[in-house]
Amino acid sequence: MDNKTMTMAASQRLLKKSNKSALQKEKRGKYLVLASALLIITATIAITIFLGTKGLQAFISNGVSLYEFLTSTKWNPTAENPLYGAVPFILGSFAVTILSALIAAPLGIGGAIFMTEIAPSWGKKILQPVIELLVGIPSVVYGFIGLSVLVPFLRDTVGGQGFSLLAGMIVLSIMILPTVTSIATDAMSSLPKGLRESSYAIGATRWQTIWRVLVPAAMPTLLTAIVLGMARAFGEALAVQMVIGNVRSLPSAITDPSATLTTIITLNMGHTTFGSVENNVLWSLALILLVMSFIFILLIRYLSSRRQF
Amino acid sequence: MKKMKSVYLLAVMALILVVATACGNNNKDNSANGDEGKKASGSIVVSGSSAMQPLVAAAAEQYKEKNPDADIQVQAGGSGTGLSQVSEGAVKIGNSDVFAEEKEGIPADKLKDHQIAVVGMSAAVNPDVGIKDISKKDLIKVFTGEVKNWKELGGKDQKIALINRPDSSGTRATFVKYALDGKEPVEGAATEDSSNTVQKLIKETPGAIGYLAFSYFTDNSGITPLSVDGVKPTDENVQKGKFPIWAYEHSYTKGEPKGLEKEFLDYMMSDEIQNNLVPEQGYIPASKMEVKRDAEGKVTKK
Repeated sequence: MDNKTMTMAASQRLLKKSNKSALQKEKRGKYLVLASALLIITATIAITIFLGTKGLQAFISNGVSLYEFLTSTKWNPTAENPLYGAVPFILGSFAVTILSALIAAPLGIGGAIFMTEIAPSWGKKILQPVIELLVGIPSVVYGFIGLSVLVPFLRDTVGGQGFSLLAGMIVLSIMILPTVTSIATDAMSSLPKGLRESSYAIGATRWQTIWRVLVPAAMPTLLTAIVLGMARAFGEALAVQMVIGNVRSLPSAITDPSATLTTIITLNMGHTTFGSVENNVLWSLALILLVMSFIFILLIRYLSSRRQF
Repeated sequence: MKKMKSVYLLAVMALILVVATACGNNNKDNSANGDEGKKASGSIVVSGSSAMQPLVAAAAEQYKEKNPDADIQVQAGGSGTGLSQVSEGAVKIGNSDVFAEEKEGIPADKLKDHQIAVVGMSAAVNPDVGIKDISKKDLIKVFTGEVKNWKELGGKDQKIALINRPDSSGTRATFVKYALDGKEPVEGAATEDSSNTVQKLIKETPGAIGYLAFSYFTDNSGITPLSVDGVKPTDENVQKGKFPIWAYEHSYTKGEPKGLEKEFLDYMMSDEIQNNLVPEQGYIPASKMEVKRDAEGKVTKK
């Protein structure tokens, strides 16, 4: 009896499911998702178009020479004979990005191997929350700690004024460490178990397994992790601005102050008037940032196409 | 499973709603700003110099207490932003640390200048440097990199660390024009935008020199303001025209101010604000100045 009512109920439900309102729901769901996808795509395209037109304005309507912009090392847009050489900032951006990746990559991948291979149980229990905490700290806090602790420390130990590429590199490497670690951890733990087991079966030690089998197998994703970290470092403005010194001359040593594309934009954007050359060249700097992030994305896509596991 | 789906759906819908309302809000704000010019109703937006924002915001607060119907929003986005927005008509009043004539791309002839207050600036050094007075000639030498150690100027044996402002900053423009006679400073130890950061850096960095508004020269600021050519950086000396490094704090309107803008600007110039709020915030009342200066920098007796 009970059984019968239940099947009745089920069949009634099925009947209802195949009627009009269910179809409508289906459609509604589809449009909703489509709308969100379209919104994201439009936003990206709109930003690209806007940045493209604004960024090129300096060269097209203000007559700034693109050659000078990309090759000269002298920047002084407010002088009587304005100079628009963005090389110090482009180099500065690359320098802090690459240097911080050099620190964060081994640390992050090391941490990932520790979490997945060496001590999967307690290692993960401790490291995982620590990494998540690092992600949650806002960049202004990193910058402020850098300014109050790191800069005086560097001034007393390494010399110079403390504001330096070195300070920017240290702050950034801590900031991108969680990105690198968490993606590297995913890469390592998604490797098929068979790889490990066959390696042990032919008599390899744990270290040989990690170094000769697991790391090479996960390499494309590990590289993706590093590139993603670099992309974040390249775009970071606030924390870097507080410790790097924002000086527009080329640094000759790692302890020299420097500037990046982002710091020059944030420092000057509010003071310049919309539509002036000074403002337009800042948009050109922003365009360089956008182009660079496209290159980073292409690199990531290329790397993930080489993924085997 | 079904429950999960509806949760997702709800989340997506909420997201779209948030985005949509955020966009909608912006549009509404813009159109409201445009409309209000014609009606001269009880709501205006003021934007511009972040240095002036606390003063204007405090004045707006007091004004609103007396006129509860009026709504005055004071935003800070930098002098350039203020001038751009007021000439485009996006805001009613644009605050600036510099004359509109000095900013490129601003139709200065279409803007009306209201000089609300005067801000005095001077160089300030780390107290350990051991210098309290500097001649203008030496100041230029310090900032152009000709002198690299405080020893050469009778101070301690410490390397000079310059703390600059960004190229486009109004404070820098004023300092370069009136303290360095137009000589561009060389790149130093650091370039910082906010006055608070500059003060912190001068206080903490051995051998540091930077430039700040008088309001940062309090007794417990931990920095030593410098006299220039023996003239102390005080409000009185600026008022009398003895101390050369100062700038007007301008409020610009597009054309003659009307309605609430006019009333608010009149209120800013009233004794109530000029004699109380302006000095409290560390500025010099424009009404008390005994000299005046035009956009070219010529100083004349009032």
